[in-house]
Amino acid sequence: MALSAPGGGAAAARALARFFDGDVWFSFRTSPVAIVASLIAALCMFCAVMAPWIAPHNPLDLASLDLIDARLPPAWMAEGRSKYLLGTDDQGRDILSALMYGSRISLFVGLASVLLSVVFGVGLGLLSGYAGGRVDAFIMRVCDVMLSFPSILIALLIDGVGRALFPNAHDTLAFTVLIIAISLTGWVQYARTVRGSTLVERQREYVQAARVIGVSPARIMRRHVLPNVLGPVLVLATIHIATAIITEATLSFLGVGVPPTSPSLGTLIRVGQDFLFSGEWWITIFPGLVLVMIALSVNLLGDWLRDALNPRLR
Amino acid sequence: MTALIEVDNLAKTFDVSAPWLNRVIERRPRQFVHAVDGVSFAIERGRTLALVGESGCGKSTVARLLVGLYEPSRGKVAFDGVDTRATLASPNARSLRRRMQMIFQDPYASLNPRWTVRDIVGEPLVEHGLVSDPGQLRAEVGALLSSVGLALADMEKFPHQFSGGQRQRISIARALATEPEFLVCDEPTSALDVSVQAQVLNIMKDLQRERGLTYLFISHNLAVVRHVSDQVGVMYLGRLVELAARSQLFQAPRHPYTRMLLDAIPDIAMTGRARTPVQGEVPNPLNPPSGCAFHPRCPHANARCTTERPELSRYQGIQIACHAVSEGRI
Amino acid sequence: MTAPLLEVRHLKVEFPTRRGTLLALDDVSFDIAPGEILGVVGESGAGKSLTGAAIIGLLEPPGRIGDGEIRLGGERIDNLPHARMREIRGRRIGAIFQDPLTSLNPLVTIGRQLVETIQVHLKTGAEQARRRAIALLQETGIQAAEQRFDQYPHQFSGGMRQRVVIALALAAEPQLIVADEPTTALDVSIQAQIIGLLKRLTKDHGAAVMLITHDMGVIAEACDRVAVMYAGRIAEIGPVADVIHQPAHPYSVGLMGSIPSMAGERERLLQIDGAMPRLNAIPTGCAFNPRCPQAFDRCRVHQPGLQTVRSTQAACWLHAAGHGGPA
Repeated sequence: MALSAPGGGAAAARALARFFDGDVWFSFRTSPVAIVASLIAALCMFCAVMAPWIAPHNPLDLASLDLIDARLPPAWMAEGRSKYLLGTDDQGRDILSALMYGSRISLFVGLASVLLSVVFGVGLGLLSGYAGGRVDAFIMRVCDVMLSFPSILIALLIDGVGRALFPNAHDTLAFTVLIIAISLTGWVQYARTVRGSTLVERQREYVQAARVIGVSPARIMRRHVLPNVLGPVLVLATIHIATAIITEATLSFLGVGVPPTSPSLGTLIRVGQDFLFSGEWWITIFPGLVLVMIALSVNLLGDWLRDALNPRLR
Repeated sequence: MTALIEVDNLAKTFDVSAPWLNRVIERRPRQFVHAVDGVSFAIERGRTLALVGESGCGKSTVARLLVGLYEPSRGKVAFDGVDTRATLASPNARSLRRRMQMIFQDPYASLNPRWTVRDIVGEPLVEHGLVSDPGQLRAEVGALLSSVGLALADMEKFPHQFSGGQRQRISIARALATEPEFLVCDEPTSALDVSVQAQVLNIMKDLQRERGLTYLFISHNLAVVRHVSDQVGVMYLGRLVELAARSQLFQAPRHPYTRMLLDAIPDIAMTGRARTPVQGEVPNPLNPPSGCAFHPRCPHANARCTTERPELSRYQGIQIACHAVSEGRI
Repeated sequence: MTAPLLEVRHLKVEFPTRRGTLLALDDVSFDIAPGEILGVVGESGAGKSLTGAAIIGLLEPPGRIGDGEIRLGGERIDNLPHARMREIRGRRIGAIFQDPLTSLNPLVTIGRQLVETIQVHLKTGAEQARRRAIALLQETGIQAAEQRFDQYPHQFSGGMRQRVVIALALAAEPQLIVADEPTTALDVSIQAQIIGLLKRLTKDHGAAVMLITHDMGVIAEACDRVAVMYAGRIAEIGPVADVIHQPAHPYSVGLMGSIPSMAGERERLLQIDGAMPRLNAIPTGCAFNPRCPQAFDRCRVHQPGLQTVRSTQAACWLHAAGHGGPA
């Protein structure tokens, strides 16, 4: 609100105090699943963000690799070395470090796509619900069409078109295309949910009161309706992060995701797959485990959040 | 002196037809609801007109037509001599909106649950550029809250921290922010407990006296209407059937529907009174009766009532739409 | 003096929450005589619906009866196992709720709903049950009962549906009917019809009624006695005319004075400042004391029991023996 700046710090402190006294926090600290899931997710996030500083080696630095150290098993096994805790791949890269850097890429792509999906989907949903009529019908038909395509195919299509248009694209462009591709598969759920909530909120008296005051429709949508329809979006987005990470992993596994110079978890799984049958299981299994851990913990958090927010949503 | 509000043959029709595809496949005709079907009245400055009626009579729709939430299908609304529809569509809309505001029925839905009371009550001030800095906003909002009996500290709280009656007072404070001349009140106390209703009605009466406000008061509760109004209009299926001064309507109701309503209401002061049994229920607005809408339930209906719709006309100091009355039968 | 049909003694209903146990009903006691219509009136949060729910045995968990007894025809019904309570509910106690839309199963014809109830509780044959059901529908004023017997709830209007609900409540010839806001969702002109119907039918079938509502006008029209509830306690109880015209409890005085009436002229409605306390903030002593214009020291410390005042009973220290009446 334009004229509510003074006392912002005190207001924030009050808001924080109110949160910790509320039902959501209570539900969190009494739910072992939520606590464990958030700890795991936090740990993965931490490792991913701090990778350049806490990883034991830098797997991207080709000069530091030593072929003699290639294909070493994890440290606790017979031929393992403590220097490489989870073993090395065929080029001598430390698996643990590769995991940290890889999850960094995966999380970045996942979060960015979700953010883009949310902005696009919520925006269209608000417009659709508030404007009604032909605008609403058109947007909903677009949603229906998008839903009739399997999401991986959409991502493959956009990614393929991108590569064809920019064959020698450098990394940033490749990442952008990938993020756009993944976000285009997920925005529909936000649009539909927000549209439904907007239809409800639009009829409520506080929106009518704003109209009587003379507030413009755009302002009403942004300042009145939007804060009240975001609740379900938060839950959807949390679960969507896991889906986005897995979609990225799938695309990278198929070879059409992240560029090979920035391997994500999916790339690592693909690369390791070749060595699975020669007995060097650690190269593919560990990235797979980390992927599962991230996806599972984020999913569980999303489930808990949905239930915790439910009585208030009602 | 012209009345502040003049309504002339106001009508609103809603299209409730099935979607086009369904209509084509199932061969269904278009369906319309004549929620308001030719209503005319005037409200003098500083007075209160109450519109009463049961569900489906159109009184809430009239309220919304007056403040511009709906566009009329027919007819005209004049505020201080100026046509509201034209003004609201023009760049001068803002100045008109400042002068009329609305209070809603549901105290739980009329305040944005995510906004503080300060933002809620201050929104009209900000929107119309009546305050220039946060300090002034706080001062104005504080004054408004005091005028409805709330504390300054309540500014920082959220709606869910207040009871129904207090929320309705916040709504009143918000409505008064731009110092309007005209307030449309859509069942403002129907959702409140009796003792809280008394508080809110008292405040509304005090404010009217202090600020010279004009009210359009919508209600289905005749006892409340009797307490607050100067003039009463009785609506049935979108039409005004009787319009009279308050004392006249309650002491000597003329229209058969008004009489039936007054007779039917359970009231604490009239225990054990013998009652005339009431016939029937309010008809489906999609399929209103021909002629006078009340004729299926009216003990005085004749052949003319089934075919010819009575118009609201003057009769012995009141306005009434009834063939039996104008023919002198009752 | 006939034995009372329903006896409620010292009923306490509580809600355990994570912040402690909330007492929603506190030491509620009253009787209903056979064939009598007792009104229970109060504002939102006073506990009147909870009282009805406790008697029918339909308290929503985590709500539970903490203490006290409920006796129907002499035998205790508050501590019965579920199966036995199910038998009593419907057979000896009938229920009418506020919303006729949700009281009837939309997927079953009303005839079948009636017949099912009759057969389960009265153990009659199908043909006899059907005849009885049609007779009941006719009694409630539904025209062409034979044809409407096979119709679905959505084919009836609101007032008609409530008549069907009344027929359903009376189907098994109960001794007591608990009606929770039966007319609140109906149009004003229909309200009078339904109240008249309820009064007439319960008299014809010899059933007592516990009529729960916030509308004092309905109470005035329909009831013999009325109990005024405040913050989970009974503030005053007595014959309807006495409570309305000569209330003894300051809350009843304020309540009757704040209701706009069709008779009499009053410039300002009587106003009780403040609001009913929330369950987690009920004052010590008399729950009404912070808002009472006549509160004194004892009111803030000790909770008053019901004291007899002329023809009513009021829970107020002003009327206790030795105090000497209100100022």
